[in-house]
Amino acid sequence: MAHSSKEMTGADILVRCLHEENVEFVFGYPGGAVLHIYDAIYHQDKFKHILVRHEQAALHAADAYSRSTGKVGVALVTSGPGATNAITGIATAYMDSIPMVIISGQVPTFAIGEDAFQECDTVGITRPCVKHNFLVKDVKDIAATMKKAFYVAASGRPGPVLVDIPKDITANKCLFDYPKTVALRSYNPVTKGHLGQIKKAIKLLADAKRPMIYTGGGVVLGDASVHIIKLAESLGIPVTSTLMGLGGFPASSKNFLGMLGMHGTYEANMAMQECDVLLAVGARFDDRVIGNIKHFMSHPKTIIHIDIDPSSISKRVKIDVPIVGDVKSVLADMNELIATEKPAQNTSALANWFKQIDAWRSKLCLNFAQSDEFIKPQYVIQKLHEVTKGEAFVTSDVGQHQMWAAQYYKFNDPRRWINSGGLGTMGVGLPYAMGVQFAHPNAQVACVTGEGSIQMNIQELSTCAQYHLPIKVILLNNRYLGMVRQWQEFFYENRYSESYMDSLPDFVKLAEAYGHVGMQITKPGDVEGALKEAFAMKSRFVFMDFITDQKENVFPMVPNGKGLSEMILANQIGAEDL
Amino acid sequence: MRHIISLLMENESGALSRVAGLFSARGYNIESLTVAATEDPTLSRMTIVTTGSDEVIEQIIKQLNKLIDVVKVLDLNDGKFIERELMLVKVKATGTFREEMKRMCDIFRGRIIDVADGSYTIELTGSGNKLDAFIESLDKTAILETVRTGASGIGRGDRILKV
Repeated sequence: MAHSSKEMTGADILVRCLHEENVEFVFGYPGGAVLHIYDAIYHQDKFKHILVRHEQAALHAADAYSRSTGKVGVALVTSGPGATNAITGIATAYMDSIPMVIISGQVPTFAIGEDAFQECDTVGITRPCVKHNFLVKDVKDIAATMKKAFYVAASGRPGPVLVDIPKDITANKCLFDYPKTVALRSYNPVTKGHLGQIKKAIKLLADAKRPMIYTGGGVVLGDASVHIIKLAESLGIPVTSTLMGLGGFPASSKNFLGMLGMHGTYEANMAMQECDVLLAVGARFDDRVIGNIKHFMSHPKTIIHIDIDPSSISKRVKIDVPIVGDVKSVLADMNELIATEKPAQNTSALANWFKQIDAWRSKLCLNFAQSDEFIKPQYVIQKLHEVTKGEAFVTSDVGQHQMWAAQYYKFNDPRRWINSGGLGTMGVGLPYAMGVQFAHPNAQVACVTGEGSIQMNIQELSTCAQYHLPIKVILLNNRYLGMVRQWQEFFYENRYSESYMDSLPDFVKLAEAYGHVGMQITKPGDVEGALKEAFAMKSRFVFMDFITDQKENVFPMVPNGKGLSEMILANQIGAEDL
Repeated sequence: MRHIISLLMENESGALSRVAGLFSARGYNIESLTVAATEDPTLSRMTIVTTGSDEVIEQIIKQLNKLIDVVKVLDLNDGKFIERELMLVKVKATGTFREEMKRMCDIFRGRIIDVADGSYTIELTGSGNKLDAFIESLDKTAILETVRTGASGIGRGDRILKV
């Protein structure tokens, strides 16, 4: 047990807690209520503090650090506006179940409730968007609270946990004693799946004529890639992934049908609709994935659902065989049983199923019309994939560029695709790239973004300069809030209300102003060369402004409220024409 | 359908707002909610009366279990249970009302706990239905004030919710 016989200040204790948790980076921004903590940080060098330019970016960077490593991300903000600026980052992490510990300063205990300078009810404001939060009212509680915070954040269905610490508590003193273990009578997440249910699931999958696996972010967060690959290959089942699940199952596998959902592939959505047994793993049947529920259920199927969170099961879609547990543990148990029992399969039905899938695949739904005149955004992503050999960490913002990155950058490994799936937060891309680059200093990190999103956290170009982060920004600049424009074109008779981006900065000069390399690419023929040139600058931050085709749309598209098989395709031939 | 959900939670500040916040954030109904510490001062016992389809009630139970401070959750409607609620009603007790109110109070096995020149205060305990029935049976113009605690519930016999 870590024990010090000398009394320490709350601030020093907090720093020691972070050491005990082997924290490498704390992303933060100082302010009045956290000055004692920053003084304690000044006196240590075990973790590195990363000074961002806006608290929102601190949260996103810590979030991406976690997404790309699996470790708990840590952020530190001051009271009042420091905490409120952090909210978007906390909510983003909460929606995607990212383990984080956020430390926020608070006004001194005696001033709480008096509308003190930079006071806000941080615990109250964050309550709906954290897994849990604490207000520490006694210096003696700091160590135990931090231990609980890290435990709760990382266990079960992960999520952000906030610890609010009043300033006087960080000045008060007591002995430091970091608990070795933590037990909460009210919190005991189930990890092991029910054996009877697992056996039932295997039987259903083996007997199925048209089986299908649908993987979500849980496979990535639960480090269950190896196990899902083994399961899909041993039973020969096709796999589709959600936006959050990409990379959890390799895109290069012949079993992979691509992403499903609103902008999923034709084959993935058709197979989801027409399968007879569906295995959902670490996914939650959300509205962007399933489309119209009634339509989805109109094709009868038996659904097996593995998830660590019981409340994800039968929330939107009624589940026939629920398996509550850690996806990695459940899949490992399934694989073991399959290996020993070698269940008989309906091979001819399975062969017919793949024949049907190949027919859907032959639609080539991701084909797009190449142009000599305009840079096609899809083409930029394809070339990015080639130039980085598919090995880069790719972060994205939110909008059309995000969907193109998801569709055309074929992810073969988990934790390489970093984006805001649940909350859909514009502005995450650049701070996400920062968090990833800190965690993987020698890796290629590309931030695919739009001219709308990038301007939501553009101030972080300064942070990238301070820490010499060699990120490559891939700006797909179409001078429109593209996804908004696309919906206005389809559903609002081309009334482009406030979706045109006027008065854009000269991004090349802007990048240069921060000491970075700026490039503008306007011709399709220059795309590949420019990317090669940029990625050859291994130690430089390069901002690549690709002037793309203004009117390009994301296809396929399942219109809001429609069923999965009611896609609009690029060539405008609907599913019913097949 | 109406369900009575009982739960044990850590007796900590903010625990009540976590439950109340969950109901408002997810659009669930709360008919009543009562809470107080148990014989173990570290634990609070809460009774929530809510309405919803079976699917909604299942989600409510799961979401409550997901709250870190919640130790145990029980849907009392899954078995036999007893429900009690306390109501205080101040009624007019002038003229003919004075006799009438005493009689109604006796029929419903209530007790008059305060007597003034123009009013009685009646204490009545029972299920929500019984309290509703009492209110229904009174002349509306006679009611000066009502206070209800909301339902408390407990399982029958061996059905025990304990840590």
